[in-house]
Amino acid sequence: MALLNIFDQSGSGMAAQTVRLNAIASNIANAESVAADPADTYRARYPVFQVALQNAIGDQPSSGSADAAQGGVQVPAIIESQKPFNLRYEPDHPYANDDGYVTYPNVSVVEEMANMISASRSFQVNVEVLNTAKSLAERVLSLGQ
Amino acid sequence: MKISIDNALGVMPHALSLRSQRTSVLANNIANADTPGFKARDIDFRAALQQRTQMVDAQSSAPMRTHPDHLHIADHTSRAELKYRNPLMPALDGNSVDTQLEQAAFAENSTQFLTTLRMLNGRITGLMSAIKGE
Repeated sequence: MALLNIFDQSGSGMAAQTVRLNAIASNIANAESVAADPADTYRARYPVFQVALQNAIGDQPSSGSADAAQGGVQVPAIIESQKPFNLRYEPDHPYANDDGYVTYPNVSVVEEMANMISASRSFQVNVEVLNTAKSLAERVLSLGQ
Repeated sequence: MKISIDNALGVMPHALSLRSQRTSVLANNIANADTPGFKARDIDFRAALQQRTQMVDAQSSAPMRTHPDHLHIADHTSRAELKYRNPLMPALDGNSVDTQLEQAAFAENSTQFLTTLRMLNGRITGLMSAIKGE
C-alpha cells in the first residue's frame, strides 16, 4: 500500500536531515579547534545525499512507473571539505608557525547556520508529510464504519 | 440477479488507489528536496485514471501470473506512469524540487484523497442499508 511507504520515505528523509544536523553541530563545535600539527586540523564535514532506489533490480516493471519513486533518501558518505584552511595571524599562540600564523579549520560558521536552518525546515516538512499520511491511513482504516 | 460490488463502487477505488500512489510520489519529492540531481516527479492524474479504468475493461483477457518467476505483463498498465516536473527555477545542483510547490500539491492531493474516501464511504453506507433493508 502506497500510503505506508511514505513512512519509510519521510522517515529516511528525516534520518538524512538528522545526519546533516549532526555534521553541522560537529562543524560549529569545532570551528575554533586547532591542532599541534596543521595537517591534523579539523575539516568541515558534509553528508552526501542520494536517492535510495528500492528493488532496483527484481520486480520493477519500468523506471517510469509509480513504484520507481518509492526510494527515499540515503546518506552514502560524509565528505570532508577540501577548501583551504583559515590562517590567522596570532604570533603569541603556542601553535603559531614560524611566520606567526595559526591554522584554523575551514569551517564557515555563517554557512553552517544557513545550512542548519535549511536542514531543520526540511525536517519539519517531512514531519508534516508523515503526519498527513498517518491521518489518511487512519481514515482509510475506518472506511465503511 | 447478479450484483457486482465493483460496479456499485464505480471509479472510486481506482481513484483512491491512484491518489495514494500520488501521495507517495509527492512525499518522495519532498524527502529528496535536498538531494543533488534529484528530479521531481508527478502523476498525470486524469490520464492515469483513464488508463486504469480502460485497463479494467481489458483485464479479462490479460494473462495471469501463476508462478512468481513469470513476467509481469499486466503490471505495465496497473501502475501509473510518472512524469517529470518542469522546474520554475533550476537549481545549481541539478535538483528540480520546489518544496513549496510540492507541499501545495501534497495538501491538494490529501484533500482529494479524503473527498474520494468520503464518497466511497457514502456508496458503502448505501450498499449496507440496501443489504439490511431497514
